[in-house]
Amino acid sequence: MTEFVKPSVEYFELWPLLAVFGVACLGVVVEAFAPRAVRYTAQVVLALGGLVAALVGVVLVAQDVKSYDDGAARGILAVGGTIAVDGPSLFIWGLVLALAIAGVLLFAERHLDGGVSAFAGQAAAVPGTDAETASIAANREHTEVYPLMMFAVFGMMLFPAANDLLTMFVGLEVLSLPLYLLSGLARRRRLLSQEAALKYFLLGAFSSGFFLYGAALLYGFAGSMDFAAINEAVRNDVGSSTMLLIGTGLLSVGLLFKVGAVPFQAWTPDVYQGAPTPVTAFMAAGTKVAAFGAIMRLFYVALGADRWSWQPMLWIIAVLSMFVGAALAITQTDIKRLLAYSSVAHTGFILTGVLGLQASNDLAVGEISSLQAVLFYLTTYGFATIGAFAVVSLVRDSGGETTAIDRWAGLGKESPVVAAVFAFFLLAMAGIPLTSGFVGKLAVFSVALAAGAWPVVVAAVLASIIAAYLYVRVIKVMYFDEPVGDGPSVAYPSVLTATTIAVGAAVTLVLGVLPGPVLDLAAVAGEFIR
Amino acid sequence: MILSVLILLPLVGALVTAFVPGGLARTVGLGFSGATLVAGVVAATQYDAGDGMQLTETHTWIESLGVHYALGVDGLGLLMVLLTVVLVPIVLLAGWRESEAVGNGGARAFFAWTLALEAMSLAVFTATDVLLFYVVFEATLIPAYFLIGGFGRAGRGRAATKFLIYQLAGGLVMLASVIGLYVVSADAGTPSFLLSDLAAIDIDPITQRWLFLGFFIAFAIKAPMFPVHTWLADTTEKATTGTSVLLVCILDKIGTFGMLRFCLGLLPDASQWATPVVVVLALISIIYGALVAIGQDDVLRLIGLTSLSHFGFIVLGIFVFSPTGGTGAILYMVNHGIATALMFLVAGFLINRTGTASIRAMGGVEKTAPVLAGFFLVAGLAACGLPGLSPFVSELMVIVAAFDHHWLVGSVAVLAIVLAAFYALWMYQRTMTGPDRTGVVPVADLDRREVGIIAPLALALVLFGFFPSPLLDVINPVVHDTLVGVGIGQEAKEAGHQ
Repeated sequence: MTEFVKPSVEYFELWPLLAVFGVACLGVVVEAFAPRAVRYTAQVVLALGGLVAALVGVVLVAQDVKSYDDGAARGILAVGGTIAVDGPSLFIWGLVLALAIAGVLLFAERHLDGGVSAFAGQAAAVPGTDAETASIAANREHTEVYPLMMFAVFGMMLFPAANDLLTMFVGLEVLSLPLYLLSGLARRRRLLSQEAALKYFLLGAFSSGFFLYGAALLYGFAGSMDFAAINEAVRNDVGSSTMLLIGTGLLSVGLLFKVGAVPFQAWTPDVYQGAPTPVTAFMAAGTKVAAFGAIMRLFYVALGADRWSWQPMLWIIAVLSMFVGAALAITQTDIKRLLAYSSVAHTGFILTGVLGLQASNDLAVGEISSLQAVLFYLTTYGFATIGAFAVVSLVRDSGGETTAIDRWAGLGKESPVVAAVFAFFLLAMAGIPLTSGFVGKLAVFSVALAAGAWPVVVAAVLASIIAAYLYVRVIKVMYFDEPVGDGPSVAYPSVLTATTIAVGAAVTLVLGVLPGPVLDLAAVAGEFIR
Repeated sequence: MILSVLILLPLVGALVTAFVPGGLARTVGLGFSGATLVAGVVAATQYDAGDGMQLTETHTWIESLGVHYALGVDGLGLLMVLLTVVLVPIVLLAGWRESEAVGNGGARAFFAWTLALEAMSLAVFTATDVLLFYVVFEATLIPAYFLIGGFGRAGRGRAATKFLIYQLAGGLVMLASVIGLYVVSADAGTPSFLLSDLAAIDIDPITQRWLFLGFFIAFAIKAPMFPVHTWLADTTEKATTGTSVLLVCILDKIGTFGMLRFCLGLLPDASQWATPVVVVLALISIIYGALVAIGQDDVLRLIGLTSLSHFGFIVLGIFVFSPTGGTGAILYMVNHGIATALMFLVAGFLINRTGTASIRAMGGVEKTAPVLAGFFLVAGLAACGLPGLSPFVSELMVIVAAFDHHWLVGSVAVLAIVLAAFYALWMYQRTMTGPDRTGVVPVADLDRREVGIIAPLALALVLFGFFPSPLLDVINPVVHDTLVGVGIGQEAKEAGHQ
């Protein structure tokens, strides 16, 4: 038994994490003590303030980090080596925080539903009872969603920065639990929402179990939870390779579940559809970014020397995700489910970048690296997704938010601007040039091809063709189909949702036309530190 | 600089047209297309009929991917640019009233999308960076999609979707090859997409074949060639004739343009390796397109399918690898652009009058509308290669080159002349002569506006039929350079020096 060493906490470098966590705790206090009337304002201000403070922190830390071990990486190992504050962490932190700010703006939207938010008035009231009617009549709303979201953001930041398996597991749970809860809080179609939350929770808990078991096996293999130590053990081939392989497989189950890769995608359509649209927007964008950060850290840092055994697995998962996601998306009649399956396909595309890992001396000077490509793709995907879901929350018919695709017919005439913006997001997801999605695809396909994964790239191209059909079909419905009945209408949002959509569209356009700065930023982020 | 101006003018024009008050939109749009025409002519005067890329400009665009904003034209690019800037104002004038008709998306949208399409097409013909080319190549699809889907006959939404899916599929397959070029250049030392850098790399033959496949599939869909042509007739049938002119006369040229510049230019060994298959596909396109055209009842479908046959000729000319064939092919691209535009526009005027595109439902138009019938006849004769009209020259060159390549190839290609006469003249006979079956009170003749729109095209057909030499002066250096690159023109070059 080794002696317990009190870790030193690097407060400056961890400031972004601490700010978000602190605000989350403060939010709980506000919820307990502040009067109902001021809670909404207080929580929104608190959340936005905390996120902005954390974002400023990320920028300051990024300017300050030193190169690590005189190598290509920059950063420090904080809190006794459990948290890696390095370039990729900081990049992902910044991205998650930016998406979270957009998410808070969507959460706070109260114009669309006549003065109340998209969340249930009283989640504890059973749907269809007097208690529910009373809570609706009283215009109640849950403001706990803001601290919950802050905890999720904290988890999303800890997850990809974790430098050992236990911290990574803590990050995974902190990120997941609030999201399970948030998914069940929809104001409309509450049973669907609660069902989604339960499904997400059960499957999520199950996959966490896999992750934990995998962590235990890897500990058994390497004798340590620490990524650097695991890496050493893999290099020196010390333990049982069976244990290593099974451990890797089980850990992958837990992580691939979070990104919704096939065959662990079953929860995505139900949860994306059932959750309140602002939650779907934030969750779809944020979780994917965080979880891919964690996947890359685990595979590149801890298991990088063993990549010949996990790359083939990712080949198969990537190809399956692309085809299953794209093919099932075509059969959907609900726009949120369609976007959910499309996110499965995107998981496949991002995995194409992840499996494009090459040793750095195999890369030509100035050639794009796998990490750089994936970070860029995550940026493009995050903003396009959050923007697209924000648009979904605007489209209505007489019964409220309408997500059935055929009800969207005639949107192009009803509201040319909304239809055009949504079409633009869809084109970005399809990867049409002059949108960010194209550059993202180009980047991940390039690294995969450079790493010799040409079968995956060919499969990705074919899957992209299927996916293109799916997005074009929605555009056709919006512009060229005759409306059913009254046709769709568009609820005019407040400045909050409008800002989110505008930022999403602007980022999608700018990254499509001038992707240079963000690609360079991802390059400057350098490699993971060990 | 002039090339950037050339691209920016219609792009700005599209934006301005989209936002000016409704009444002004058409005038403003036409103004911008006119200004682009002037810019195109200025570029032509600065061009010196000689070797290589001219009017070049190069800026770094995405440094970490080795992408450049690089423009330049050779003779081929210049001719395509000129064809584009000339045809667009004509299309806009032809769509002046039609785009406002009930059920269409309105003149403002038509003019704005057309200008956007012009800008992207001009960028395609002037790009000298492979990724820039790819970006604008795909970007042309969006305006084209909305032009097809927003204007024309019932069922156009479906046609537009079919068009877009076909083209995107081709584009994505090509993307794999584009990325392949990047990886090849990275392996060679410096990742770059510049054509000049890529041309300097010696790519190994196996890689070349894979890359060739990606490019060729995309360009074959674009051009179009048998068996990936099925989007063509559906699209021309449903879209307005103005849109069809933009698609068939300008956009489809990107296919053959790309074959010359990328397949032959960057992947010469693979191009020669693929020649037998490509030649056979081209012959099938030639014959099949003509045969199917004969049986069509819809005028616009018929014209679309004749283009399949014509594109077969162009591809054949490119892939027989001889100076005559190459020159004939490029000349064919120009001539086909002019002749088919005339054909489509006259057919459009005709359909506006009769209210139907069905050949069976028409007849006897020449009695009441002799001018219309006259133009229709000129266009039809041009399609079947009558001497004195410009397509004759190019078709003859391609056929001669085909005979040089192999007597069998030549004899199959020559059949198409007979078939072309059949579909063109039979269509003329059934629509223009005989008893009047339209049921419309006498079909009115073309008015002065309409004659003004199409007369320049007819004049150009006659002019280039008798004096093709200005075009040939521009084309010959390109063909020479390309063939030297492929390794065939070398002896010819040495012979020229002795």
